[in-house]
Amino acid sequence: MLILLGALIIELFIAGLPAFRAFGVAFVTSTDWDPVREAFGAGVSIYGTIVTAVLAILLAVPLAFGVAFFLTELAPPWARRPLGTAIELLAAVPSIIYGMWGFFVIAPAFAQNIQPWIIENIGELPLIGFLFQGAPFGTGLFTAAFILAIMILPFIAATMRDVFDQVPPVFKESAYGLGATKWEVMKGVVLPYTRISVVGGIMLGLGRALGETMAVTFVIGNANRISTSLFGPGNTIASLVALEFGESEIGSLKLASLLALGFILFLLSFVVLATSRYLLRSRLKV
Amino acid sequence: MDRRSFLLGASAALTLPAFGAHAQAAQITGAGATFPNPIYQKWAEAARGATGIQVNYQSVGSGAGINQIRNRTVDFGATDAPLNAEQLATGNLLQFPTVMGSLVAIVNIPGIAEDQLKLTGPLLADIYLGKITRWNDPQIVALNPGLTLPSLAIAPAYRADGSGTTFVWVSYLSAVSPEFKEKVGVGTSVRFPAGTGARGNEGVAGTVRNVRGAIGYVENAYAITNKLVTTQIRNKAGNFVKPEHKSFMAAASAADWSVPGFAANVIDQAGADSWPIVAPTFILLPTNPTDAARSANVRRFFDWCFTNGSKLAEELEYIPLPESVHNAVRGAWRQSFGA
Repeated sequence: MLILLGALIIELFIAGLPAFRAFGVAFVTSTDWDPVREAFGAGVSIYGTIVTAVLAILLAVPLAFGVAFFLTELAPPWARRPLGTAIELLAAVPSIIYGMWGFFVIAPAFAQNIQPWIIENIGELPLIGFLFQGAPFGTGLFTAAFILAIMILPFIAATMRDVFDQVPPVFKESAYGLGATKWEVMKGVVLPYTRISVVGGIMLGLGRALGETMAVTFVIGNANRISTSLFGPGNTIASLVALEFGESEIGSLKLASLLALGFILFLLSFVVLATSRYLLRSRLKV
Repeated sequence: MDRRSFLLGASAALTLPAFGAHAQAAQITGAGATFPNPIYQKWAEAARGATGIQVNYQSVGSGAGINQIRNRTVDFGATDAPLNAEQLATGNLLQFPTVMGSLVAIVNIPGIAEDQLKLTGPLLADIYLGKITRWNDPQIVALNPGLTLPSLAIAPAYRADGSGTTFVWVSYLSAVSPEFKEKVGVGTSVRFPAGTGARGNEGVAGTVRNVRGAIGYVENAYAITNKLVTTQIRNKAGNFVKPEHKSFMAAASAADWSVPGFAANVIDQAGADSWPIVAPTFILLPTNPTDAARSANVRRFFDWCFTNGSKLAEELEYIPLPESVHNAVRGAWRQSFGA
């Protein structure tokens, strides 16, 4: 399995080599993606990938935590199993369904009801206003992040629920015995005990958010420009590769650039995972 | 006779002749452009009975079609963007057109109905360059004295996936606007300075339907079946034409096909009634086929389509090629493959 993984990375790197050779390190930072002039840069799609994934995590984690907290501590025992199964079933919905739902239901709703209001009221504010400006297309980075958040929610929630359930009752009971409230037990006993697994669950979600293709392609707006507004269109690595692959000829610089993008996505996922592991370790020592 | 053996015998009698015909059918395979896929499938179905040739066409996209025919993994390739003479020579390929299609602009402006809005090519180029940003821009208002245009932001939508549709659209915009040609250029996927991308014709149509003030471009067949609001466009002769059968046919007959690889420039044709944005789609056939019999069957199939397929093409809102072009293609076959 590891050999296969290694071979895949090497294969991607070799295939993408012409692109790295042609553009150098600037391939990673350049925001130019112009197939007509054969100028390719990964900047826009890397930016879009990271922004949507991080935003999706920011939206999904509090919700997932709430769901898991409710299911393990607050919900009446008879409701826990069916509700938990329902959450897990959400993870089985194919991503194309989320994409279509996002395009036909969420994007129009955003375009007609939510975005005009936000652009008018928050877009004018200083400091954060620039994040919420532009035409209300309905699609864009924010919509993509929103759909991604819904997609990764069940993964994170299911992991959290499972690990919260595994906290030995003795720990919780002793805390309750000292007069702690449910929230205090969660904060002081359950969370510290399960921290590693909780972060693991979040990483699982982040991994899926980074690589998700179909659902993102539908709603991100697919523009190779960096827009500071969250409502502006953007692109992610996975979505760009999927869209352009069919129209790139063998041996062309474009195909090499797409494969190089795949290599970068691979690295990105690895760096994210490695960083999280590292952060986690240093926290455990303290 | 017990019931079971009777049923078995009956089913064998039913399936045997069909199986026999299936085994005899000559198979040919093709891959490429998605735009002509509906008509190729229709032709394949109709020609199967008449010619005994079974066509297996995969619509994987023009670029992939070119790759597959270069590697000779299929009997013929199909592409919307024609290859130039040099590319054809190095690949040992013969290129010929089969059918034409047209692109239309679709809009979503409150109070504007089908074919009411009048636009020009340079205006469309400026819209896609992000230079004209509101529907009540003086230039648009001047063209449409009878219409009340709202002060609404223009939201251009384009194909995000590499596609022959985009190739034809930017070919047209580049032909009418030097600035567009310089800043964006021509290709199956380009970098549009403004607007939002969506996947496929259905994605562009969906975006235009969702967003007030949106404009997009789709194939005419798609606009008709989905009842999208199209516009008039001014042609080279200076007349505003509606996207309809008459103007498409006028464009097809006005084109000059006597160029290498039949790569006729049919964009923005002269002629009083010509619709400016039409484009042929092409077949790539190896001139040094690995299997001569299969190559002959490909030509037999398209010969049948030229003779009998025009009505089917019109039913699916494609534009059949003029008879003179059909004969010129047959001449090119004779030249490359003998009789």
